Amino acid sequence: MTDVAKNEQAEPEVANRGFGDRDPIFGDSPEGTDVWQRVPYNPDDYGPVSDFATDFDHADPDYNPNAPKVWKQLREDGCPVAHSDRYGGMWIPITHDTVHEIAYDTENFTSRSVVVSVGRPGDMAMPAPIGGVPPISSDPPFHGQARRMLLPPFAPKQIEPWEEEVRILCRRLLDDMGEITPGESVVDAAVQYAQHIPVNVIGRMLGFPEKDEALFRKFVHDALERINEEPGTRDGLDDLGHYIGAQIDDHRENPRDDLTSYLMNQELNGEKLSDDIVGGAIVLLLVAGIDTTWSAIGSSLWHLAQSPDDRKRLQDDPEVMTFAVEEFLRAYAPVTMARMVAKDNDFHGCPMKKDDWVLLPFPAANHDPKQFEDPDKFVIDREQNRHAAFGLGIHRCLGSNLARLELRVAIEEFVARFPNFELAGDVTWSVGQIRGPRVLPVRILAD
Amino acid sequence: MQIHLDAEKCQGHNRCYGLAPELFDVDDYGQAVLLVDGEVPAELHDKARLAASNCPEYAITLTQES
Repeated sequence: MTDVAKNEQAEPEVANRGFGDRDPIFGDSPEGTDVWQRVPYNPDDYGPVSDFATDFDHADPDYNPNAPKVWKQLREDGCPVAHSDRYGGMWIPITHDTVHEIAYDTENFTSRSVVVSVGRPGDMAMPAPIGGVPPISSDPPFHGQARRMLLPPFAPKQIEPWEEEVRILCRRLLDDMGEITPGESVVDAAVQYAQHIPVNVIGRMLGFPEKDEALFRKFVHDALERINEEPGTRDGLDDLGHYIGAQIDDHRENPRDDLTSYLMNQELNGEKLSDDIVGGAIVLLLVAGIDTTWSAIGSSLWHLAQSPDDRKRLQDDPEVMTFAVEEFLRAYAPVTMARMVAKDNDFHGCPMKKDDWVLLPFPAANHDPKQFEDPDKFVIDREQNRHAAFGLGIHRCLGSNLARLELRVAIEEFVARFPNFELAGDVTWSVGQIRGPRVLPVRILAD
Repeated sequence: MQIHLDAEKCQGHNRCYGLAPELFDVDDYGQAVLLVDGEVPAELHDKARLAASNCPEYAITLTQES
């Protein structure tokens, strides 16, 4: 069945696909590759990236640690849009203008799949305009309807009351680091601190058991970092589908005041949401709400470990945090999104073909000298800062208020407890579209 | 100074609400709502400039009365 034929049948397809048969709502099965179809790309045929202009790979282990240098080089070489044959064909706009233009163009670029991998959505996947994990995977007009359901729980006034809980959590994590001897003790600011914060908060918002935190992090890793593994072998994605199915069942038996029950009670066109849509939205909240913010917190602490002046400024002038938090977001934006080309089009001379991938590196847009003065410099009190860390256009990060709150409180609490710290060993960066340190050893120094 | 908010362009980044709560509120969906009727009081000119120059979607415009 072609995609077009599939789209025309979108409505009954959704209605008929209940969750009762216990098929995973997100993953590689059933039947191996129906939800994901293999793209014509074998990572083994390609070595490490030699030239990012013509052979770009965001999953090259050297990319994330050096991304700002890669963007700068591409811009200076006059390459506003890079290309790669990897993943079956991928375009990579680097400038703020080109990223902005594609983010706004929902006609030529679909959000049907927003994670570039060796698999594309297959015949069993939820078709456009809904996509597997609405509303991030949705296009207009469905996108607006789905997003409108999710906006209220994430609006600023609903998120502000979480501040105290986030603060208590951060302090508990710092307490758990145990006895600290300044000048000697080394802690891992990513593993012992950053990675726990968003997962704990979104798990609680969804009403999932706190003991499952490690499982959520595994799900995220499976979804976002193992992008070069064969579809059908990424069991973790099926596990996630089953896990969420079980949580939905539990909430059906025992409705409660949390985001999962909220979603299950939402109506679309006069009907309760299908489990597929509820489950897809939960996958989105879980995946999007975890390693993104954890990466932003980690990168910010990585920066501070190397910047005594900025640590001192935060201590001496706590008000500067209003600007500092946005500058952390600009300089270390963790999230690169993606689109698929919806129809053949010529994008400023780039012959884009239907189903080509397009990466949307908002972090690169944030380093464009046409948009930001001294973009590669961290200016803690940068007053003019139209950063795109949360995206641009209709898909603006739904959880941006929560992310901003978690980032601000996490930094405030860390530097309040440890005013001085330095890097204490090798930092390991993530692989793929979410950029941040995964191992971040820092030595705590005397105040 | 006149201030204008383009509700179509606003995507709910909430930067204006954070920087200039005297001029902007947010609704239940996180969309910006202008609190003044076009005219910005003199003491809020700096905040208006701050809000306008931080909106990622360029949804806020200022015009200077001559």
